[in-house]
Amino acid sequence: MAYHSVISAGFGGQGVMLFGQILSMAAMFEGKFTTWLPSFGPEMRGGTANCTVIISDDYIASPVVDEPTEVVAFNLPSMLKFEKILKENGILIINSSVIDTKPHRENIKVIKIPANDIAEELGNKMVSNMVMLGAYLKATKAVTLKSIEKALQERLTGKKSDLIKINLEAIKAGMKEVVK
Amino acid sequence: MIYTERFKAPQSLSGKEFSYCPGCHHGIVHRLIAEVIDELDIQGKTIMVAPVGCAVFANDFFELDGTIAAHGRAPAVATGIKRARPENVVFTYQGDGDLAAIGTAEIIHAANRGEKITTIFINNAIYGMTGGQMAPTTLLGMKTTTTPYGRSEKNEGYPLRVSEILKEIRGVAFLSRTKVTTPQDVIRTKKQIKKAFLAQIEGLGYGLVEVLSTCPTNWGLTPIESMQWLEENMVKEFPIGVFVDKVDKVK
Amino acid sequence: MEKVLARGTEAIAEAAIRAGCRLYFGYPITPQSELTEYMARRMPEVGGVFLQGESEVAVVNMVYGAAIAGKRVMTSTSSPGFSLMQEGISYIAGAELPCVFVNVVRGGPGLGDIQPAQSDYFQATKGGGHGDYRLIVFSPESLQEAVELTMYAFDVADRYRNPVLLLTDGLLGQMMEPVSFPEFVDLDSLPDHSSWALSGTGMRREAHRVSSFDMDPVSLEKKNMLIQSKYKEVVKNEILYEEYQLDDAEIVIVAYGTMGRIVKSVVNQAREKGIKVGVFRPISLWPFPYVQLSKWSDQASFFFTVEMSTGQFVEDVKIAVEGKRPVEYYGRTAGIIPTPNEIFAKLMELI
Repeated sequence: MAYHSVISAGFGGQGVMLFGQILSMAAMFEGKFTTWLPSFGPEMRGGTANCTVIISDDYIASPVVDEPTEVVAFNLPSMLKFEKILKENGILIINSSVIDTKPHRENIKVIKIPANDIAEELGNKMVSNMVMLGAYLKATKAVTLKSIEKALQERLTGKKSDLIKINLEAIKAGMKEVVK
Repeated sequence: MIYTERFKAPQSLSGKEFSYCPGCHHGIVHRLIAEVIDELDIQGKTIMVAPVGCAVFANDFFELDGTIAAHGRAPAVATGIKRARPENVVFTYQGDGDLAAIGTAEIIHAANRGEKITTIFINNAIYGMTGGQMAPTTLLGMKTTTTPYGRSEKNEGYPLRVSEILKEIRGVAFLSRTKVTTPQDVIRTKKQIKKAFLAQIEGLGYGLVEVLSTCPTNWGLTPIESMQWLEENMVKEFPIGVFVDKVDKVK
Repeated sequence: MEKVLARGTEAIAEAAIRAGCRLYFGYPITPQSELTEYMARRMPEVGGVFLQGESEVAVVNMVYGAAIAGKRVMTSTSSPGFSLMQEGISYIAGAELPCVFVNVVRGGPGLGDIQPAQSDYFQATKGGGHGDYRLIVFSPESLQEAVELTMYAFDVADRYRNPVLLLTDGLLGQMMEPVSFPEFVDLDSLPDHSSWALSGTGMRREAHRVSSFDMDPVSLEKKNMLIQSKYKEVVKNEILYEEYQLDDAEIVIVAYGTMGRIVKSVVNQAREKGIKVGVFRPISLWPFPYVQLSKWSDQASFFFTVEMSTGQFVEDVKIAVEGKRPVEYYGRTAGIIPTPNEIFAKLMELI
């Protein structure tokens, strides 16, 4: 039975919430159960924002997670905070463009993605979250790229629809980075 | 014949005898409202919002659909009714405690929205129903059960002039202060009440008529003394006049 | 049916519109302002009325006005705002007006904080305003259930001419989850309130005088007793609850709303370890499913209440259990959400 619980965390403005919403929407398109829960509490004022996404074949009981199966950390405070609670053998994806510190734990899988650098190479700093999403997809296969594409189309409408292309490029670049 | 025609009860009154104290002006104002509703031929679509205070029984005296709002909230209730049924005519009937103390926020904001409702505001400078306590409109020096030594500006502040505040609000389409102590006053008041309803009916905005009224029981005066007291004291503090009239402009 | 990824507050708003609600009065307050904002955008699209009042005090009276006019109307707020509305709710219940309230509960008392909480349980279920009246209270665990209960709330309000409260919290309000929305209710099919509502006599009938006021104690008592007999019908017909893995349960966890959902994860964890636990989740908080919960005292060794307050809901659980079994309690307050592991650890302590 497939089950993913991922915390996406970073500074406000890094697109951590959108990361989660696109992922959750894609899961919905695949007929899976999913929840997207934004962060609450003092951490919002501590400079980091985060959301929890759950993707499951079964009804999701608690949308609140003690031990996420994956953590996507966009900045150092997020890594320090959530590395601790990551499930054993869980996946930690870190934005190595801004995080130069090594994770402490040995019993997890770490994937380093220079998301900001890749996004800049693509010509749009704003899509670093999609680079991270690409890496996440490749590492977990939680949902398909096709569903993500559909979610982007659903989410980015009107003027924003021009951005679908660059977002997809970013996702693909992120996927490639995991192979390397 | 002409006499009976002129003095027959307005159709918009229910026929139930007024229970107000002798010399109180509520009865006169009730009748004027009913006459205006009859003349405008709007009885079938008029909805009344009564207040908390002596006029809490007002619904019973009118042959109109009606309710009683919580103390001070009549303009909000009337707003809800009017927004739900814009085709109806909605009015509130409120005293000075209801409108100028506990309901200050509601009256200001209903007026400011230019809510298409009408308010008849009875100002008798005292809380009647609860037994003669100070109202926001109580005059300086005036003795009430909660200002036993007379109202002092140092402790209770000055009498609140509601119409002078409301006249600055742009949603107001008709606003006047009047009294009903003489036949001329009664005729003028009726005209103004009609205009306050027309402001609503013609979609111009909010209409309010402030009527200076007596409270012989709580003032401790006879009905005639009360009228004299009103003329000598209240009119000085609360000058009679029309503050806003956008109805005439349209005509 | 097609699903959309909806935010809690917006899902509730859309459900209300689909239920035929065309009047919404509101005042901004975190964490439910998205509901108010959604209504501001959406009402003009469906020919409805949106109005931002000058205060919750004004808003609840606007709701009173629209309800007495016989139209479906709703407002939403969060804890401090709901406190301000209590006066109006008492009048609405006294005048027997149908309408729907949503309270997205946050941490209290006083200004408290803006995080999810369940500390308004007493206020919601035991009467926050004055007088002998009841609010019918429903509390959803998921967004799909929130949508269905919101639509149902309007029907129940109309059926009993009584205000209905959807009690939820910031967690559900801010969360996103796939939801399928039922079709729009045909506005012409809505219940007919012409026998009592204020619409103007049209010169065809006697005047309707509707209020909560009656100076004659004998007459008021009679009216109050009629309202009470209506409440008996509510108790008979409107109890809603869910039983989760209770068949062989030796421990019954009792929780509602968001907590009612979170504790299901605890049950799943415990069952993996062979502990026979289940969940009893009241969906209607008033009427409370006392009898239905009491039934489990024959089988359970104890009851375990979990709530996001210092112990309000647990009192109703104790009333239901009538001392036949121990009723344990665990809760967090101030907007802290107990996590599954935390509750599980507490459960292990109790065993």
